[in-house]
Amino acid sequence: MAEYEISEEMNYTRSDEWVRLEGSRATVGISDYAQHQLGDIVFVELPESGTELAAGEAFGVVESVKAVSDLYAPVAGKVVEVNESLSDSPEQINASAYGEGWLLVLECADPSQVEGLLDAEAYRAHVAQRDDAA
Amino acid sequence: MSDRRAAVANTGNGFSYEEPLLFERSQAGRVGHSVPEPDVPAADPAALFPAEALRDDIPGLPEVSEVDVVRHFTRLSTWNAAVDLGLYPLGSCTMKYNPKLNERAARLPGFAVAHPMQPVALQQGFLQLCHELEAQLAEISGMDRVTLQPAAGAQGELAGLMMIRAYHEQRGEKRHRVLVPDSAHGTNPASAALNGYEVQSVPSGDDGVLHPEAVAAAMGDDVAGLMITNPNTLGLFEEHIARICEIVHAGGGLVYGDGANLNALLGMTRPGDLGIDAMHINLHKTFSTPHGGGGPGAGPVGVKNILAPYLPTPVVRKRSGDEGEGFTLDYDFPHSIGRLHANMGNVGMFVRAWTYIRTLGPEGLRRSTEIAVLNANYLMARLRSEYHVPYDRPVMHECVLSDKSLQETGVTTHDIAKRLIDYGYHPPTVYFPLIVPGAIMIEPTESESLEGLDRFVDAMCAIAEEAREDPELVRSAPHHTRRTRLDETRAARQTVLRWQPEPRD
Amino acid sequence: MRYIAHTERDVQRMLDAIGAESLDALFASIPEKHRLNRALDLAPAATEQELLGELSGLAARNANLESHAWFLGAGVYPHFVPSAVDALVSRAEFTTAYTPYQPEISQGTLQAIFEWQTMICGLTGCEVANASMYDGASATAEAALMAMRSTRRNRIVASEALHPHTREVLETYLDGLRAEIVTTPRDATGRTAPLADRVDAETACVILQQPNFFGAVEELQAAAAAAAAHGALLVVTVNEALSLALFAPPGENGADIVCGEAQSFGVPMSLGGPHVGFLATRRKLVRQLPGRLVGETVDTEGRRGYVLTLATREQHIRRERATSNICTNQGLCLLMATVYLALLGRRGLGKLAALNLSKAEYAKARIRETPGLSLPFEAPTFNEFTVGVPDSGEAALARAQAAGLVGGLDLAGFAGMPGPAVLVCTTELASRDAIDTLVASLGGQS
Repeated sequence: MAEYEISEEMNYTRSDEWVRLEGSRATVGISDYAQHQLGDIVFVELPESGTELAAGEAFGVVESVKAVSDLYAPVAGKVVEVNESLSDSPEQINASAYGEGWLLVLECADPSQVEGLLDAEAYRAHVAQRDDAA
Repeated sequence: MSDRRAAVANTGNGFSYEEPLLFERSQAGRVGHSVPEPDVPAADPAALFPAEALRDDIPGLPEVSEVDVVRHFTRLSTWNAAVDLGLYPLGSCTMKYNPKLNERAARLPGFAVAHPMQPVALQQGFLQLCHELEAQLAEISGMDRVTLQPAAGAQGELAGLMMIRAYHEQRGEKRHRVLVPDSAHGTNPASAALNGYEVQSVPSGDDGVLHPEAVAAAMGDDVAGLMITNPNTLGLFEEHIARICEIVHAGGGLVYGDGANLNALLGMTRPGDLGIDAMHINLHKTFSTPHGGGGPGAGPVGVKNILAPYLPTPVVRKRSGDEGEGFTLDYDFPHSIGRLHANMGNVGMFVRAWTYIRTLGPEGLRRSTEIAVLNANYLMARLRSEYHVPYDRPVMHECVLSDKSLQETGVTTHDIAKRLIDYGYHPPTVYFPLIVPGAIMIEPTESESLEGLDRFVDAMCAIAEEAREDPELVRSAPHHTRRTRLDETRAARQTVLRWQPEPRD
Repeated sequence: MRYIAHTERDVQRMLDAIGAESLDALFASIPEKHRLNRALDLAPAATEQELLGELSGLAARNANLESHAWFLGAGVYPHFVPSAVDALVSRAEFTTAYTPYQPEISQGTLQAIFEWQTMICGLTGCEVANASMYDGASATAEAALMAMRSTRRNRIVASEALHPHTREVLETYLDGLRAEIVTTPRDATGRTAPLADRVDAETACVILQQPNFFGAVEELQAAAAAAAAHGALLVVTVNEALSLALFAPPGENGADIVCGEAQSFGVPMSLGGPHVGFLATRRKLVRQLPGRLVGETVDTEGRRGYVLTLATREQHIRRERATSNICTNQGLCLLMATVYLALLGRRGLGKLAALNLSKAEYAKARIRETPGLSLPFEAPTFNEFTVGVPDSGEAALARAQAAGLVGGLDLAGFAGMPGPAVLVCTTELASRDAIDTLVASLGGQS
């Protein structure tokens, strides 16, 4: 299997989103593993600022040439910032999944929801299990 | 290593022309057709319409001579693979030979330059042909009635599901789920969604076929029906089909058959006898009408009598009793799902399919199926030493391999497909069905001779050897086409969907 | 069987390689009780010579452009097709190819589709066009679905003057989708009545046909303004695509989606199909488009080439969430139209459209001066128009038929007709003499 990075600083969902909490602001992206699986990302659809999302709610899609992947909110919150640069350069997600390829920032009502997500170690195990199945 | 391909060189006519876009050939003042001078007074558009309603130029069209046009499209044609050039083993596409007689038949003036709305008395030959083709398809599929109207398989699915929906609604039942096996074509769930149905995927068993228990577990009184492809997209006959149909029927649902793979069944068994209630038949697959670089096809739908009240209108009917002789168009179907096509469907395909069925007759149709199945099993038998066979059992008209046995070489299905091009073959269907990672789905059809199959096997085996000895050769294929691998990512990121005269940045 | 090469010896060798005893053994997975243990009840095989005789007999019982002078259009138009069209389209490399999924060996089909997309954009005044729909009717239904997706509304305002078959297909397609179709009437001029009070905040789109079914040329700018005032889209559907060569492009007159039928561009009438629908729109709606799209790119050597693109909209990837279920489309008919448009070109197509207009204006002038005939609608027309007849449409058309003409479509049964009427179409195929004969016979003076 291809090499991918699982950042220790993030929490993860089983659907491959990561979230990084700073106070009540949660930055959300997709994991390096997910961008590897998709291949070259060509399009990202994100909600507008101000949208309220429930935990687990689908909020957009990322697309490669031949695959589409839904994006789900790791925690509940209001979208306060969207990575507008992705509309012109979606390849930032491939190049820097945990950095410039971030998707949006949520203002969370309940930051403790992050604790219910996978930590890096649990996510690594989750991914390894899926790789074996394939 | 690379010398082997010389023996099966690809395009090989000695010429490989570059050809610009038509618009780049354009020279002001050229014309490619002589429009007649009027034999009536010339009308002045400016006197009839306000200026803003008129145009004086069509910037999207070129100015080229007839010779320019003929050379342009002839050159373009030489860049295509085609059935008439060689094996085109796309799985589930049934790229069989498209007989020349069919083309001649469809061009007879009484078919080619007749009008769908001309009086019924002036289209009796056409209506008779429709009536006969409906009867032929009903006999072949084991269905009671057939509509020819759907323009393609996907529109046939839409029509079939609409009839199933109308049937449930007529009975006052609200059913909102449709079951679709995980190996199904993408059109199945898409057609269900266009009917407002929720799609529920049903897993295939470890042996590649659908099991009655899986269907029973998914059934419920909110299930409108099951869509099933038989043989399925692994090329396997759904051996539990009759039991599965019973389960769906017992739960009040109906069963829709995707007829994409009907070429495996002609004269051997009939979907209607297995319990299928409605199915489409791809005339452009099983019945030899050409694929045309993406159509037109035709997707007639056969139904059991319980669905006949819902057939799309108009329906061709043979007159009886005091109506006199001949055929008429019947609009009196109060429960019909309505009209699906602007006219009667892709009539040119009806003429071709009728001609094909009459050319083969019952023995010829059965023989086609036997040889199609023989060819697929032969390929699998000869390729299993070099390629992984994920479901290793006798197949029907197509077989599915995978790239698993080459995994350590780094060569993938995609690379194998591209390398086949260097050997002069259109690649098989790849990465489908989705349940087989790296799937290579091969449907040789009955049109390929034993020597032709052996040459293909040689190419596949040579590629496997290349993958082990010189993987980069395979991974960078094709090497001998007019264009090497095209950058699909760039096409999707920086979409250029038309030519424009201004320089693009 | 001449389409199969296998000799009995070949079959035996192959069975040996497989390890199967017989051909029948290959079908062991079909349970015995489900086998069809009889021959199909079909006519026995016939030779090429026999079948051509039989087919010619069937074909001869259909009136056609070679047997009659033709004035019937109504969505399927009789036009002259230059010889080069069939000659080029008949090349097996086009005819017997599949959908161009493997771009390296499908550049011919792909480049031709790219050229078609460019031509349709030029004709419609839109920025993007797809690689064809089944026909004009389903293209219109798909346009309505696009409008519903992009506005997230589900009310469709449809002109009463749509082709009735387009309207029927629209109803069929929308039936399962909680959509509502509201009809907006025709006025006395033959055009769709002003829309202002028909469009509201629930309206996804307004659909007008241009020219409309009765031949009247609609005023698009007012309709566009009425739609835009409520955030609804304007869909313009065109059945006589040649009209696009005369009139200002709908996409530059406020239409958000321009769709329709391109049969007029070199595709034989063929009793109604196969023809070729088109669908074009604004760039911002490209991800809502159904069907295939071809885009330009480069290969590993930097050379220009073409590929299918934005495929994530389509059923083979997005499955139940695809923009449409369409897969096989009308590729070869698209090619016919592309070749035709190349031949007619930037100059010829407009000239041909003007010729069609001239024929119609001549016919209308003769009708005005013929007792018993009338032009009930005052709106201007292109090459098709409604003619009031003295007795009944059926009787008038029977007189035309007796004179060797297929004279048009009987409009009996259409709401709001001022009297008995027929729909008549005059293309470049209609000679002055034939027009004179038509006018005389419709009026009962032949």
